[in-house]
Amino acid sequence: MRDFWKRFRYNRGAVIGLVILAIVILAAILAPVLFPQSPWKMVQRPFLPPFTQDGLPLGTDALGRDVLSGLAHGAYVSLLVGLVSTIVALAIGVPVGACAGYFAGRVDDALMRFTEFFQTIPSFALAIVLLAIFQPSLTFVIIAIAVVSWPPVARLVRGEVLSLRTREFVEAATLSGLGNTQIILRHILPNALPPIIVLASLMIAQAILLESSLSFLGLGDPNIMSWGYMIGAARTVIRTAWWLSFLPGMAILLTVLALNLIGEGLNDALNPRLTRKSE
Amino acid sequence: MSLLQIRDLAIALPEGADRKFAAQNINFDLDKGEILCIVGESGSGKSMSANAVMGLLPQGVKPVKGTITFDGKSILGLPEKEMLKLRGSRISMIFQEPLSALNPLMRIGAQIAEVFEAHGALNSTERSKRALELLHEVGIPDPDAAIRAYPFQLSGGQRQRVMIAMALALEPDILIADEPTTALDVTTQAQILKLIEDLRRKRGMAVIFITHDFGVVADIADRVIVMQTGEIVETGSADEVLLKPQHPYTRALIDAIPRLTQRREAEAQTRAPILTVEGLTKTFSTGSGSFFGKRRVVKAVQDVSFQLYAGETIGIVGESGSGKSTVGRCIVRLLTPDAGRVMMDGGDLAHMSGSDLRDKRRKLQMIFQDPYSSLNPRARVSRILTEGLIAYGTDRRTAQARARELLELVGLDASAMMRFPHEFSGGQRQRIGIARALALDPKIIIADEAVSALDVSIQAQVLDLLADLKTRLDLSMLFITHDLRVAARICDRIIVMQKGQIVEQGPAGKVLHSPDTAYTQSLLDAIPGQDYERALEQAEAGS
Repeated sequence: MRDFWKRFRYNRGAVIGLVILAIVILAAILAPVLFPQSPWKMVQRPFLPPFTQDGLPLGTDALGRDVLSGLAHGAYVSLLVGLVSTIVALAIGVPVGACAGYFAGRVDDALMRFTEFFQTIPSFALAIVLLAIFQPSLTFVIIAIAVVSWPPVARLVRGEVLSLRTREFVEAATLSGLGNTQIILRHILPNALPPIIVLASLMIAQAILLESSLSFLGLGDPNIMSWGYMIGAARTVIRTAWWLSFLPGMAILLTVLALNLIGEGLNDALNPRLTRKSE
Repeated sequence: MSLLQIRDLAIALPEGADRKFAAQNINFDLDKGEILCIVGESGSGKSMSANAVMGLLPQGVKPVKGTITFDGKSILGLPEKEMLKLRGSRISMIFQEPLSALNPLMRIGAQIAEVFEAHGALNSTERSKRALELLHEVGIPDPDAAIRAYPFQLSGGQRQRVMIAMALALEPDILIADEPTTALDVTTQAQILKLIEDLRRKRGMAVIFITHDFGVVADIADRVIVMQTGEIVETGSADEVLLKPQHPYTRALIDAIPRLTQRREAEAQTRAPILTVEGLTKTFSTGSGSFFGKRRVVKAVQDVSFQLYAGETIGIVGESGSGKSTVGRCIVRLLTPDAGRVMMDGGDLAHMSGSDLRDKRRKLQMIFQDPYSSLNPRARVSRILTEGLIAYGTDRRTAQARARELLELVGLDASAMMRFPHEFSGGQRQRIGIARALALDPKIIIADEAVSALDVSIQAQVLDLLADLKTRLDLSMLFITHDLRVAARICDRIIVMQKGQIVEQGPAGKVLHSPDTAYTQSLLDAIPGQDYERALEQAEAGS
């Protein structure tokens, strides 16, 4: 564990990413404390530029709502959607990929054709269609994002499992009388973990972008303030009040960048374990 | 003055490595037309010393002291640009794994021509003409076809010949060969060694030959350097070092070499057969055989039959691709044979499935080749050893106690239980692998190249351990190996396989000393260092 941290720290970008993410998480947690009022509430005259009035450091939007409060509450939504949809996507993708890779043959064919069926549809279009069919609540936003983002997980896990299942320690486990489930859970998946963790960190970033895009199009949950919604609402006034699009845009950019940096750091920190010691 | 002079060379490892210097106090000379062998076990710094000459040290590893003088000019710390001119043209190198040293997407001819191109020699028609001549010179069958082939279309030996052709392209003064025959079969190895020897004589080229195999050293070396943990422990002419070793380490290494002449009297086969294999057949096919290309069929094992008697060790020997490993895997049912029977305790393992197979398989365990990939890197030793017992219904506490007994049995401390595989050396890992195989109280052990990945001194220890365990636990063993010396050391009977079929089987003494078939004889003739072995025995008998 200490080694892991040492190698992670070696990548300076990853540490910066971790700091940014920590700030975002802190904002999300503290939002209800710092801004107990609803972010939808109008507090001042509209289009108040940033740094012009005490108490409203980032000004107000087209309807006179506090931008800073919106950003803080939006952080909560972004992180929640990113995390939960990634967990759901992993919950679908890992078993599918593990079964396809381990049992190979017909099972593999069937599961991979099924996966390809999802991959051939542009994911954003599929997410829009799903949300058009269901009502646009937070739950369905999360489900829609998970449904379009699990196929890469299944592909990755399948590839890892395919290469691990022919390793001698797996054969030894078979000879020791272990069942398939035990072999997959105890011998194969733990060794496939590093790339999955790296991919998951990048998927959270992807999910945050997807949620923002959906909210921008007005397909997000109409009761929840999110970064994408803020950009979407401000796009008509971009020439007169550019900061209303710019600030949430920066929030998205920094958060996604942070997650990507962390992903890269995790990659550096987790991968040397699988490389063999050479002379 | 010698062609190459190395004086007081020290190569530092990056901080945090297990020792400070990869190699230190390195002194040696290399003369024109001389073959110098550097011998040592893995981690002895033999490759590092040679790489320093080429200026090809891995990142973080730096020469910190000493001089390397080539042809009267110091080349240590020469700028990269100057080194580029030397590399390939005056000093060239061949590697252990000829497949990964060749670009898989380039035709052979183009790869050889590239060497000339890199040094701006010749024009393009001359280049391909030279390439063809070189392929002739290194003895590739049908060079006109080979020049247009891709690396994967050639065999391992042919690829190594191509590597040698590339290394020779610009007529270097020194050829550095880093374990060039380790990945090859014995017969191919013998051919490559002869080729290097011939080329040296024809061209007066000096050769630095790095190897761990004393047989190879005896066949090829003029002078020998023995290295241990980064330092030269002994140096001298081949005869001196090999027959009258001064340093205890050299002596230990030479004693550890398994001898062909270690003949064992086969036990009388009065006991009942414990395993009977009849007509075992396995065919692999790749490609679907639909309109995406032809179906490729490899008959890996064809109609193999033999009996293993209780308490006996059978060696299955053969070159790579002979199907020897497939036989082992079919018997334990890691692969399902296409036809044939594997009879044990009145049941046919080849046609069992589910819980029947699971019950029978308990008596049949395997030891694997690679101690690095045969243990789960994320499991502690205690889990590795107890898992099987627990899966067969033993309670955790009994299983833990048994695991501690097993560790003691294979010569490891019980404190190993809580450690991870990467904390052990190759030999220790192989001992853990053996303990795992013994955990379920098997009657038959199948060892698939179980000592091939180990250094010679460790190899000897593990072989002794296996022989000892076999008698103590009354095991029978199938020992699959490509190394006839190893087979001679441990086996009662030997089965020789070629292209999926058994070509000869009989008592070890007979097969190894008066074989019936020409194929077995050719395998025996190809073993390196036989003259040396005889000389060594005479010397021992004399003293």
